[in-house]
Amino acid sequence: MVDVHSTRVPSAVRSHSDSASHSALLPPSALAHQFDDIEQQHAADELGIWLFLATEIMFFGGMFLAYAVYRRQDEAAFAAASTKLDAGLGAINTAVLLCSSLTMALAVHAAETAQRKHLIALLVLTIFLGTVFLGIKGYEYHHKYEVGLMPLAGFPFVWEGPSAGHAQMFFNLYFVMTGVHALHMLIGLGVLTVLAIKALRGGLLGEFATPVNITGLYWHFVDIVWVFLFPFLYLVR
Amino acid sequence: MTTISQHRPPTVPAPDQPPRRNYLNNGYSVRSWLLTTDHKRIAVLYLLSVTFFFMIGGLAASVVRLDLTTPEADLVLTETFNKLFTAHGVIMVFFFLIPSIPSVLGNFLVPLMIGARDLAFPKLNLLSWYIYTLGGLFTIYALVAGGVDTGWTFYAPYSSTYSNTHVMATAVGIFITGFSSILTGLNFIVTIHKMRAPGLTWFRLPLFIWSTYATSIIMVLGTPVLAISLFLVGMERLLKIGIFDPKLGGDPILFQHLFWFYSHPAVYIMVLPSMGVVSEIIPCFCRKRPFGYAFIGFSSFAIAVFSFLVWGHHLFVSGQSVYAGLVFSALSYLVAIPSAIKVFNWTASLHKGSISFDTPMLYALGFVGLFTMGGLTGLFVAALAVDVHVHDTYFIVAHFHYIMVGGAVMGYLGGIHFWWSKMTGRLYPEGWARLSAILIFVGFNLTFFPQYILGYLGMPRRYHVYPEEFQVLNVMSSAGASILAVGYFFPLTYLLWSLRWGKIASSNPWRAAGLEWQTSSPPPTENFAQTPVVRDEAYDYATIDAQLAAVKPSSPGVELSHG
Amino acid sequence: MSHARPTVRTLVFVFVALLLLLALTFEASRHNLGRWNFAVATVIAATKALLIILFFMHVRHSALLIRLVVAAGFFWLAIMFALSLADYGTRAWLPTM
Repeated sequence: MVDVHSTRVPSAVRSHSDSASHSALLPPSALAHQFDDIEQQHAADELGIWLFLATEIMFFGGMFLAYAVYRRQDEAAFAAASTKLDAGLGAINTAVLLCSSLTMALAVHAAETAQRKHLIALLVLTIFLGTVFLGIKGYEYHHKYEVGLMPLAGFPFVWEGPSAGHAQMFFNLYFVMTGVHALHMLIGLGVLTVLAIKALRGGLLGEFATPVNITGLYWHFVDIVWVFLFPFLYLVR
Repeated sequence: MTTISQHRPPTVPAPDQPPRRNYLNNGYSVRSWLLTTDHKRIAVLYLLSVTFFFMIGGLAASVVRLDLTTPEADLVLTETFNKLFTAHGVIMVFFFLIPSIPSVLGNFLVPLMIGARDLAFPKLNLLSWYIYTLGGLFTIYALVAGGVDTGWTFYAPYSSTYSNTHVMATAVGIFITGFSSILTGLNFIVTIHKMRAPGLTWFRLPLFIWSTYATSIIMVLGTPVLAISLFLVGMERLLKIGIFDPKLGGDPILFQHLFWFYSHPAVYIMVLPSMGVVSEIIPCFCRKRPFGYAFIGFSSFAIAVFSFLVWGHHLFVSGQSVYAGLVFSALSYLVAIPSAIKVFNWTASLHKGSISFDTPMLYALGFVGLFTMGGLTGLFVAALAVDVHVHDTYFIVAHFHYIMVGGAVMGYLGGIHFWWSKMTGRLYPEGWARLSAILIFVGFNLTFFPQYILGYLGMPRRYHVYPEEFQVLNVMSSAGASILAVGYFFPLTYLLWSLRWGKIASSNPWRAAGLEWQTSSPPPTENFAQTPVVRDEAYDYATIDAQLAAVKPSSPGVELSHG
Repeated sequence: MSHARPTVRTLVFVFVALLLLLALTFEASRHNLGRWNFAVATVIAATKALLIILFFMHVRHSALLIRLVVAAGFFWLAIMFALSLADYGTRAWLPTM
């Protein structure tokens, strides 16, 4: 495995004294001291975020495993429980999230091509769409609570029909899986807000676009999780 | 023919003073330490933390072993006994063994060994230490507030429903610390891929880097599953979601699947880095390139991958399908193969080597023998029929302690001694160090070998009381534990002593191969004045010793030849 | 990232494709296809995920190492599923287990 960045001839061998004398003369660079050039830094950042996303695949994967195990045990009960979820609302929410992924991808594009106004607008749009998603989820959670389909923390679980225990398991999984997903959305929204503020101040453009790119990858990943959650929770028949 | 030489190759006169500017004296304020992004300082922070946790975990074990000298429950209450062995397991696994070599030696050495100025993400590295500390605080809180009695394995439904102890706090503590592990592994993988010095191709890397890389794969891909398993236990306790509750159609074995999916690879997180350390020490103290370098390197990857395929061997008697058991049993035999390859290669490396028995070598050789014993007994229990009898007995306890203590801890101590001069600029007192290594070896075997027999005879683990006929072996084990405890105090003492009164070390007192030895002891903050360019193969001891011989012609009493 | 980046046009096309697939999976769920409902839903979801990964997450233009990391993530997930379901799938085979 030959990696260009690590076996190249040292063109910019930076000694300790160099950086101190140069920093007063050159405009601020996005380059961190441990890296030799910006390509190396970008490659490292990209590899880093993807490794983190791999950990998220395994984290969510554990919950999907629980889902798979329990769905296998009683598919009919899961189907009956699934019909109680509003598939139309879920589909709308999925469309909202897919749209936010588009705006996020476009925001990355804008950042990398140094289009400040577009970047700000797209970040704000992504935040808006993400908030709409969470709003709809909040509405759905509230509705489930009202009709007795939120068996958490000892709340009553109202179920007519067979396999009440298994239906309850479905709803437990529903709340835990979408809850953890929503938590990830919330964190994403927080990061996006910080980015929007930085963009407003003129940052994150051109070679400084990496944070936007990284956040984009995270945001798309959270979207992918929902792409699987939607049919597995809302469309079991 | 092997020449066993008691004399090291001649050294250049040791300097009178440590190098003027190094990472240790580059700022003395508390702020400069607590806000450092220098991987070497972070390694020292971890060294302090893991040593602290090692002592607490050891203290818990000491009380357990003390109580077990008698068959009755007469030292502590049974509830307390359960909390003590749980504390021992939780602390030793999550707060000592997992972080020890990666976060101390790995953090310190990885950039040095590859000729980089720092890791890829220095701030993330500091964050990792703070996350680790935060998780540790949660766990200490849980201990102080009354402890947890589920065993470090947190099996449901006891942990999720019935235990009245501080399961949540402990689970939260471990959950948080898991992120430290993930971020450290992530940092290492990116660093090793992207920041190697020019000329440092994969097959010129030190084997410690290969094993650190493999360990990092496990840390990154396995730890999240531990996180979700603890998270679900927490949710069950907090929100009564009933995911492991049989009353709701839940399956407690699902917890075991999720838990062991991480925790089996975790044991390789604990032992792979030690193997990397041994792979550095043995060549140096045999003065030759390790036998089968590529195989040792590849076997590290093989261990990392195969380790994820065998977790079901912890579930053989749990109610898991026996067909799955068959599959896991067969796979467990497979995972032993790369480990065996390493043992063969280390042993073959000794052949025709110029061996000297300095302290790191004593620990490394101890590792090879004791890890082999632990590993072989692992093969015993990988057989379904045997495991039915010895599961949850002291046989298992002995098996994993031979690997974790006889293997991992010895590797850790060997590494600390080997690189002590690099980290601190001081030499430890060799005589005391060798004595301690032997004391630890003797104490260890006296503690844990009787436990194989106890387990075979049927004594269950985690039991406070036991039939009288087991007392003799238990007393032997406890006696060994007291020797082991004393043995561990010696390095603590003389290593601390050496910081003030130890001889000043040169940049390469062992005449070892590797980039880390090309810079001063201790290194400057930026590691190297100029980024090194690598042209030689790894472990080129023949050239190193030839160059030494050329500089200083052989004099009587100094043996340099390889026989 | 120093590789080619997808154009705005490509991103919008992918978005439209994703919406179409969403409509497809929603419609398919309203028909009773028996065992196939699950397979269809899963395949469509996987296709959407693939589109997002390749285009929105620009893996299509990424280095081999990145693709390896992505593949490794899903491969490890597959290991967890395969061997766990090996247990659950075979529990009913022996009457006493």
